[in-house]
Amino acid sequence: MDLLRFTTAGSVDDGKSTLIGRLLYDSKSIFEDQMEAVETSSKKKGDENINLALLTDGLKAEREQGITIDVAYRYFATPNRKFIIADTPGHIQYTRNMVTGASTADLAIILVDARTGVIEQTKRHSFIADLLKIQHVILAVNKMDLVDFSEERFKEIVEEYQSFASRLGNIVSIQPIPISALLGDNVVDKSEHTDWYQGPTFLNHLENVYVGGEENHVDARFPVQWVIRPQSDKFPDFRGFSGRVAGGVFKKGDDITVMPSGFKSKVKSIHCGEEELEQAFAPQSVVMTLEDEIDISRGDMIAKPGNQPKVEQDIEARICWFSKTPMKLRQKLLVKHTSHETKAILQEIKYKVDINTISKIEDVETFEMNDIGRISLRTAAPLIHDSYRRNRNTGSFILVDPGTNETVAAGMII
Amino acid sequence: MNYTLDHLAEIEAEAMFVLRETAAQFENPALLFSGGKDSIVMAHIAYKAFYPSRLPFPLVHVDTGHNFQNTIDFRDKFVKDINAELIVGSVQKSIDDGRVVEEKGANASRNKLQTTTLLDTIEEHQFDACLGGGRRDEEKARAKERFFSHRDDFGVWDPKNQRPELWNIFNGNKHQGEHFRVFPISNFTEMDIWMYIKKENIELPSMYYAHERDTLIRNGSILAVCEHVQPREGEEVVRRKIRFRTMGDATITGCFESDADDIDGVIEEVAAARQTERGNRADDKRSETAMEDRKKEGYF
Repeated sequence: MDLLRFTTAGSVDDGKSTLIGRLLYDSKSIFEDQMEAVETSSKKKGDENINLALLTDGLKAEREQGITIDVAYRYFATPNRKFIIADTPGHIQYTRNMVTGASTADLAIILVDARTGVIEQTKRHSFIADLLKIQHVILAVNKMDLVDFSEERFKEIVEEYQSFASRLGNIVSIQPIPISALLGDNVVDKSEHTDWYQGPTFLNHLENVYVGGEENHVDARFPVQWVIRPQSDKFPDFRGFSGRVAGGVFKKGDDITVMPSGFKSKVKSIHCGEEELEQAFAPQSVVMTLEDEIDISRGDMIAKPGNQPKVEQDIEARICWFSKTPMKLRQKLLVKHTSHETKAILQEIKYKVDINTISKIEDVETFEMNDIGRISLRTAAPLIHDSYRRNRNTGSFILVDPGTNETVAAGMII
Repeated sequence: MNYTLDHLAEIEAEAMFVLRETAAQFENPALLFSGGKDSIVMAHIAYKAFYPSRLPFPLVHVDTGHNFQNTIDFRDKFVKDINAELIVGSVQKSIDDGRVVEEKGANASRNKLQTTTLLDTIEEHQFDACLGGGRRDEEKARAKERFFSHRDDFGVWDPKNQRPELWNIFNGNKHQGEHFRVFPISNFTEMDIWMYIKKENIELPSMYYAHERDTLIRNGSILAVCEHVQPREGEEVVRRKIRFRTMGDATITGCFESDADDIDGVIEEVAAARQTERGNRADDKRSETAMEDRKKEGYF
């Protein structure tokens, strides 16, 4: 059984929570007591039908206002796959949540109301999915019941969406599906109202879409997290480097180079707990020992001599600004990148993206909350990195305000 | 060569990563160990993450004084087996010291009191990060919890103002006096926990498996008769074959009738279950947002 992480984004009231509620309900992932609780509060609020949105809106404020505020993680499994849903709110002011949800997802669900079709928010969500390098999209055309399950209307929306999405670079596959989340059409079971639609149901597609190629298995990268030195009677000389493989494959006996020092050695052994492994690949967490005693600490990266990451202090990146306090030129920030943390100065704002039109706005002085654009940073110590396009693990970073400790931006290295 | 991990290996690798980040980013972390299956799984993964070193942090147990003896015996053996350090915070002591007042009445429990004992224990030992076995599938407020969950000076959780958490980059930066709750097994579901226990052959307190014992029915739940639960007037003691799905205080944790006396039996039962595992916990039934309210105050 493998794991698929996907994210949902939608506008207010286009039925995103209802769709997820439906998916959980129809795949029998909802328990009786949860259902009873939802029935009771639906009645309390005067809803006519059982409000499936209440299954996902967990916080008090959300239930009171009937909106989703924060990313919620939901789980369900079929015999073939386990699914983790990052359910993100669609309001403009919560772009940061959408970026957050998309950062760990392999697939994005873009919800469109069949009556209104592709709107600015649809484009915004798609742009963010693409920015975060999500390669698979389900275009869920919802509320088909309100347009009489019209094939013509569905095709119109799909065409409009595809002409827009052709401008996005990372999305590899788009699967359009006509659904009614409220009534369940084409969510788990095939609808009786859409004879003209030959494609998979929503759940069917989720179960079968191939997402195996998301990890980079070419460029061997191992950011060292924590040095393991038991200094015990049983293991007096053991010195292992723990971490999570961020790319490629490491095998016993492989030649390696440690960055940034440049020292070379060979992989002596690979461990996971008491078990010894022949090889390790992304995203495994392991402990590695080397043939030679060399000085390695947290923040260093183990790679291979013939395939090394870049080591640079001038970093060009796309970022999304999260903080209520606007970004300033020359601002000092902390960068957290792999297992490494260093200081940085914001050198230059290249441009901001108007994500409704996907056009560049140049000559900007600042980024405000939810702004996305391209900047350059100068870091105190070099970042050992790859481009985000090549490797999500070694190409991503966050910026932290050293005064407040808040995470103020997410960055993707170009 | 096929470089894919099955889902249990992937969420285990994620949990190991989070545990090591906690050790690396904080000065004085601790692992909260309740003796329940989730904290046993978390401690097992921690053992693997740092092997062959000892755990770089102690296990902390908040003992309500209403625990089943089976849980306490298991805890002591487990700690010895993995050669870890154990710190016990006692709710009884908080009561004796006058820090908290025991709830009165028929439905009194020590569940709420343990928050004070927990915060006092954190304060006393100056822990700046506490690892918890919370899972996001457990309860609707937990579904919104971060891996690294920031708490202010007062140990309070502000769910509307959480730090965004992207990729696998965790921001544990904080001011003096603040601390973090860290949830390495956030992405495990109840089923994952059981499948992982089977895969790794992890020993659990025997109460998780079906066994015969004296029980009574109180507020619609089957409770095990023990030192802390004695029959009241009108309550009939009946011998039943039961097991526990979660391990909380004896006074509030209901069990249910079951024949699942081994891991395969339990997995089959969990797969067929139509009630959440917390459905039997009186502490969650107090109000619709009982968990969120307790979490805001500092409960796990």
